[in-house]
Amino acid sequence: MMRPDSVPWIVRHLWLIPVLPMVAAGLSALLKKAQRKMSAGLAIGSMGIAFVLALMAFAQTLAQPVVRVNNFPWMQFGNQWIVLGWLLDPLAAVMLVMVTFVGLLIFIYSLGYMAHDDNRGRFFCFLSLFAGAMLGVVIANSLLLLFMCWEVVGLTSYLLIGFWFHRPAAAAAAKKAYITTRVGDLGLLIGMVWLYSQTGTLLFFNQGTGCLEQGAIAAMGAHLAMGGRAVSTAIGLLIFCGAVGKSGQVPLHVWLPDAMEGPTPVSALIHAATMVAAGVYLVARVYPLMTASALEVVAWVGAITAIFAACIAVAQNDIKRILAYSTVSQLGYMMLGLGVGGVAVGMFHLITHAFFKALLFLGAGSVIHGCTEEQDIRNMGGLRRFMPVTFAAYTAGMLALCGFPLFAGFWSKDAILHAAHGWGVSRGPFYLGAAGALLTTFYMTRQMYYVFFGPQRVTDATVSAAAVAKHAIPAEAIEPVVSPRQGEVCIITDPHESPGVMTGPLVILAVFAVLLGFVGWPAWPWFQSFLAGKTAMFDWSGFSEPGLLPVMMTSTLIVFAGLLLGWWFYGRKPIVRATDPDALERLQPGIFHALANRLYVDEFYGVTVIALTRFLAGFASWLDRWVFGGLVRLVAWLAIGVGWLDLGVDKFVVNGGFDEGCREVARGGRLLSHLQNGRVQNYLRVLAAALVVLTVFLLWGHRG
Amino acid sequence: MTPLAGCLLVSALLFSIGLAGALTRRNAILVLAGIELMLNAGNLNFIAFWRFGPHPEFLTGMMFVIFSIAVAAAEAAVGLALILAIYRHAHTSDVSEITEMKG
Repeated sequence: MMRPDSVPWIVRHLWLIPVLPMVAAGLSALLKKAQRKMSAGLAIGSMGIAFVLALMAFAQTLAQPVVRVNNFPWMQFGNQWIVLGWLLDPLAAVMLVMVTFVGLLIFIYSLGYMAHDDNRGRFFCFLSLFAGAMLGVVIANSLLLLFMCWEVVGLTSYLLIGFWFHRPAAAAAAKKAYITTRVGDLGLLIGMVWLYSQTGTLLFFNQGTGCLEQGAIAAMGAHLAMGGRAVSTAIGLLIFCGAVGKSGQVPLHVWLPDAMEGPTPVSALIHAATMVAAGVYLVARVYPLMTASALEVVAWVGAITAIFAACIAVAQNDIKRILAYSTVSQLGYMMLGLGVGGVAVGMFHLITHAFFKALLFLGAGSVIHGCTEEQDIRNMGGLRRFMPVTFAAYTAGMLALCGFPLFAGFWSKDAILHAAHGWGVSRGPFYLGAAGALLTTFYMTRQMYYVFFGPQRVTDATVSAAAVAKHAIPAEAIEPVVSPRQGEVCIITDPHESPGVMTGPLVILAVFAVLLGFVGWPAWPWFQSFLAGKTAMFDWSGFSEPGLLPVMMTSTLIVFAGLLLGWWFYGRKPIVRATDPDALERLQPGIFHALANRLYVDEFYGVTVIALTRFLAGFASWLDRWVFGGLVRLVAWLAIGVGWLDLGVDKFVVNGGFDEGCREVARGGRLLSHLQNGRVQNYLRVLAAALVVLTVFLLWGHRG
Repeated sequence: MTPLAGCLLVSALLFSIGLAGALTRRNAILVLAGIELMLNAGNLNFIAFWRFGPHPEFLTGMMFVIFSIAVAAAEAAVGLALILAIYRHAHTSDVSEITEMKG
């Protein structure tokens, strides 16, 4: 037992970190329209304080790398108390710093990016709410609290994807994201309920009785579920379902590329750096629950996602969509890392990826901003002359993503590949991952050549009246994929570098994209040791681990091969016109079109799941309309019939009876009123007659 | 014939005369006179029952009749006042013409 006063201040007040941005969101939601300018300041200020607090928490875990929890009873439920709480351990601390830091940079960047948007206040409100909920996910010590924050995160994702809801594509993408992730969340919910029924607690750590601690896991391992597998495997896989939905793993990856309909800072923060990583974080958090067979599934799903999404990314033309598929692919790597290597391997890639993918997205946002909302890479070209800072930062991000030696992505991806190489179950994931790495380099090189190199492919574009009209309202102008072949007019008129408020965060992120890998490179595996609660030693012998150097050589070769391939296809001959077919399309039109159509996964879902749902919905509608509706109508008709009957009875029997009675009473009264004719002597006469009758009667009665 | 029966007979005669007067006269004052006759028939009965009753030594009957006569005087005064008022209103004292109070 730890006495309350021995719990460090930061642990007791860790709740401030998620609550601050949430309060900022609430305040900016209450502001009047005229004061909405303050909401950006509120958001950035609260995020700044949260960042400072996160650094304090980080320092605390550096000093004492142990799990610190703070639980409190929340509400009574039958005779049990639901206990919630927050925790601080190295994993949470790392995530806190990452989320607050990347979030802060992206908030600042958004100042520039959203400068022309009228609904800036709403944007920052949602963004703050998101940040608060995400930080809540990170520090939750209860699966229930995590799930609640998780759902708020999903909600803000929906709100932000649909931020420009007047565009049908954005509204549809928002709905798609929400519904697709719901599928995974259902699994998570079932897993959570099952876990509760097995262990009686949803707390992760609770002085030995939490569900991640030894006793509960041993208890679950003893139970067998269907197919002779341990209950904990089933629960782990159900929780993994939630992660699959949120982190866009195959087969629930379809929402993530469409989510790029949201503003670019949203894509960077939510759909690249933090929220989609929440799935990976969830798996890392409940890692003790994951049995070996569950981890096998995680590894295979991750590996398949990594290669699958990388394939599709090769044939996309929308700058953000390429990055979106790249994100899906990288999330697959993280899952693969968790599956084959453990928490540290997956989390290391999560952290480095958060930085360089945020960088790439913000770079893409800068390109889009500079090109007046153009997103099709075929309409760009030669931008390195106009946007030197963006170009430099983007190159750093691209090399980090490709895993170019010494860049951040190299070390983290290499750790994954190395772990996959040494995996005892199968070599399959390693080969898939390596092939994915080749494709990653290839599609990023393609994108670089399209966007930054070659001639500017806009000179021959005619700026039509329609395009000028579009220019005035850029938000309306963007189509998800602007295809030059469909006669769209390119409207890039004057490419320009973005303002300092946008390039500043780019530069900072670029520095991290280059250097961050060294916190976990083999010679000084500080990150891995930190998560494990150990201290790291600087030791070159880290490289001498068996299989490490060969894997590194292989992946280096792969990177160079990818760069070479990219140059061969796209750099050798500059792409001159926007309408030129893709080099790969010329070579293999069939494959290219299949990839460009995202391997028809959406269409497949359209004819299977969605068609089935539609059929069921139609059937339900038919049932509702004709069977239940018929019953209801029948009852209604019956009621109406009874009503008519009642009316008849009322009108003719009841009313008739009463009316007749009243008429009789009136007639009687009229008859009797003749008696009272006002002649006093008449009355007297009646009295006299009555007297006579009475007298006669009495006399008669007396005699009788 | 006992003295009581004789008295009662006279009183009944008096009552019948009064009743006939009240029923047949058209003039309101004569109707009132008929009523007075009936009242006096009642008074005569009181006296007769008292005088020939079991306790003639108490003055109960006498007292009753004195009260009754006093009340009758008051009643006659009220009745005459009413008749005067009606006369002023309707310019007649014929009761068969005063029929406003009919139903």
